[in-house]
Parts: sequence; structure tokens; C-alpha cells
Amino acid sequence: MGFLAATGRAFLIFLEATGRLALFTGSALSHCVRPPLYPRQILRQMIDIGYYSLPVVGLTALFTGMVLALQSYSGFSRFQAEGAIATVVVLSITRELGPVLAGLMVAGRIGAAMAAEIGTMRVTEQIDALSTLSTNPHKYLVAPRLIAGLTMVPLLVIVADIIGVFGGFLVGVYRLDFNAASYINRTWEFLQPVDVISGLVKAAIFGFLIALMGCYHGYHSKGGAQGVGAATTNAVVSASIMILVWNYLITGLFFSTK
Amino acid sequence: MTVPKIALKNVTKHFGPKKVLNGIDLEVAKGESLVVIGGSGTGKSVMLKSILGLLTPDSGSIQVDGVETTRLRSREREKLLHKFGMLFQGAALFDSLKVWENVAFGLIQGARMPRAQAKEIAVAKLGAVGLGPDVAELSPAELSGGMQKRVGLARAIADEPEIIFFDEPTTGLDPIMADVINELIVQCVKDLGATAVTITHDMASARKIADRIAMIYQGRIIWTGHARDIDNSGNAYVDQFVHGRADGPIKMQIKAL
Repeated sequence: MGFLAATGRAFLIFLEATGRLALFTGSALSHCVRPPLYPRQILRQMIDIGYYSLPVVGLTALFTGMVLALQSYSGFSRFQAEGAIATVVVLSITRELGPVLAGLMVAGRIGAAMAAEIGTMRVTEQIDALSTLSTNPHKYLVAPRLIAGLTMVPLLVIVADIIGVFGGFLVGVYRLDFNAASYINRTWEFLQPVDVISGLVKAAIFGFLIALMGCYHGYHSKGGAQGVGAATTNAVVSASIMILVWNYLITGLFFSTK
Repeated sequence: MTVPKIALKNVTKHFGPKKVLNGIDLEVAKGESLVVIGGSGTGKSVMLKSILGLLTPDSGSIQVDGVETTRLRSREREKLLHKFGMLFQGAALFDSLKVWENVAFGLIQGARMPRAQAKEIAVAKLGAVGLGPDVAELSPAELSGGMQKRVGLARAIADEPEIIFFDEPTTGLDPIMADVINELIVQCVKDLGATAVTITHDMASARKIADRIAMIYQGRIIWTGHARDIDNSGNAYVDQFVHGRADGPIKMQIKAL
């Protein structure tokens, strides 16, 4: 009987957490569209997510593009398909690696910071203080972060796409001795709008999920420094896993008919 | 009979198996300063947070100005909270904002006042708690504990609330700074004509601030009376607390080593 009780208890805890997350998401979303909004807060978060993530996302994209070109060269040359390298690089970057790797890097950088900041505000009663100053914490803290995540991560991914393709180009031209003009031609030749658009849709959803997980875990953290630490870890881990799961689901939505 | 500013009737609240509030009955008249004393973990903070709506009580009634507040929707709650100011135990200043932005927060976000005008008021309020305009541009992390408390006080009174709550205002301060804070509290409450509820276990503070004192024990109010009667309350629990004795009817849960 102990086993059954334990299973039931775990299941109830799971249901409770799911319900709490759903309510949290619903409330936060409704605050994103109901005035008053806080433009200063939104701008601050946008700069934090968009601008300060540029170096880390750029470097990730650059080396990913470079290694893609290198790997596909060593693989494709076994059956004389070196000509496809430019296409492989651009499709892999725009459809998959740009959004996923940028998303994971931003989850580590931003999701953790959000959880730590909001979690510290929770345990030092700053969130209670917001309420007593007639300011809804969901509206003031959560909504600006969700809006910033939703809008900034796609912009980051556009940059990541460009830098990633450029990384492939660098390796292709300077290391593997491709002709620069024909490499660029090959890059454009098979690229369709849907490749880029699907990547940007992913990016928007990833950005939303990262901010949501950071805010949710921070908001519900308790018990001082240890609680904030746990919230930070949970925010990054859950955001990363959700990114990978949703990546599969969105890819299925866009490309399953082909 | 006049309507009390705040009235709690049979308020209960539990966390898991632990009953924290066990049927609180308490009335605070308009303009009076009530101090609630009691040991750690007796439900003082939970009571304040229930009145503010930060926690929802399990049962019972909480009325502010005769209006039931336990079932308010969030919009109405926000409106109600305009009447309240609160000084938190750890000051709870927003560390991402400058000192003056902290003080002006309720004015800018709640009352939608232009920033320049709000800043003038913030600097004036900082002056009222004995802090110069140079402090206004600092960040809260650069301040000492006593200064943070004073900024927290300035923030609590900035919106000129009708009711002010003080959560252990002197905890963690040296005796002199504690007395400074006590005097500021008395002064601010008098200037605003506000109703004040303070929770504390510092008797010196209670004697200084209170018109009336209530003692909370095991989630219940066990004694209320005038501040001057605190030394001859005729209540063994109050006597033990006031004199800080380990022996008495209140048994501390101390595990045997």
C-alpha cells in the first residue's frame, strides 16, 4: 500500500504544479494585454535579453556554423557531395541550430537571472511590498519579461542565423577552398522563406518559455538563499527541456507533411 | 457606535497541519496606534498579511472601514491598498531602483504622478525621516540597516495612507537607532493622523509607540488593554512576556540535547 500511496501523492503533486503553472501563465498573459503596461520595465528587460545576450549568442552561432561546415565536409566528401555543404549549413542553422542553441544559451543566461532576481525579491518581501504599493506583481514583474522574451529572442535568432551562415562561409572559403561567389549562391539557392520563418516562430515560443519558467520558479521560490538557488536551477532545467520538446512539436507542425 | 477602522472576527489560517491563526478577534479604532506583541511564530506577521490580502484566511471576517475585504477581486484590492502603507521587517526596498524611486514608487506607479513631481515629494519625505537629498540618488544596497528602515518608512508614508503597518520596525537595529525609528514612527503617525498597527517583540518599542497593546499567543489575542496598563495586566502570559522570563505559562519548545 505504501507504494500506491507514494505514487498517488506524486501524481497529486504533479497535478497541483501543472494547475498552478497554468493559472500563473493565464494571469501573466492577461496582464500582458491589459493596461497599464510598464514601458520602462519592458525596455529594461528588452535590453537585458536582446542586447546583452548578443555576444554569447553570436559566438555560439559562429562556432556552430564553422563546425557544421567542417563536419559536413569530412562526411560528404566520402560520397562526393561537397557541393551541398552551403545548403546544409544554411538549412541547419535557420531551421534548427539557430533557434535551439540561441534558446538554450538565453535560457542559461536570462532564465537563471530572472529566477534569481524574482526569487530574491520574493524572499526579501519585495513582492509583498509591490502589492502594498498598489502594484500588481504579475503586471509589473512578469508581463514585461514575457513580452521582452517573446520579442527579443526572434531578433537574436535573426542575428544568430546570419552569423552562423557567415561562420560556415568562413570555413568553406578560407579552409576548404570553395569559391566565395558559388558558396553564397549555393546558400541562397535552396533556402525558402519557411525555413527562416519556422525558426523565428520557434524563437518566439522559446523566448516566452524561458521568461515564463524564470518568472514562475522565481515567483514561487521560498526559504531564503537555498530556495532561490533551487528556483534558478529549476528555471534553467525546465526551460531547456521545454525548448527541446517544443522544438520537436513545432518542427512537426511546419514540416510533417513533406 | 462608530465603525472601527479595522475589525477582525474569528480569523483562522493554517499552513499544512499547522494552525497559525486560531480565531483572531481584534478591533482597531480610527486614529489609534495599536501594538501587537507576541513571540516568534505566534502568527503576528500572518495576521498583518491577511489584513493586506497577501494571504487569504481560511475563515472569518476582516473589515476595513466596515467593508468586508476577504473576498475582494484584484482590482478592488488594489484600490483598497491605497489606504495602506507598510514598513517591512527587512525594509524590502527595491534594489534595482534608486532610493528616491523607492520612496516615490507608490506615487508614480499607483497614483500616476509625473516623475519630477514625485521626486520632489520623495525628497521631502526623506527629509521627514532625517535623510538628506544626497541619499536620494544612492541605491538601497549602499545604505546601512537603520537608513534602509528609514527609507522604508518614507516609502510607507509617501502616499499619505490612512493605515500604516509596521512589521518589527526595530528588529536588527542598535538601541539608539531603534529609538530614533520609534520616534519617527510616533511623529509620522501623528502628522498623518493615521491608524497604526505595529507588531513587535521589543517592549521598549511597544511602550513608546502604543496607545493600546494586544498580546497574541498561539494564534489568538489573549489580552488587550491600554499601554499604561501593560505592567499590571493581571495576565500571567503578558507578565511573562513583558518581563522576558523563561519560566511561566508560556513554554518554549526546546528539544532536550
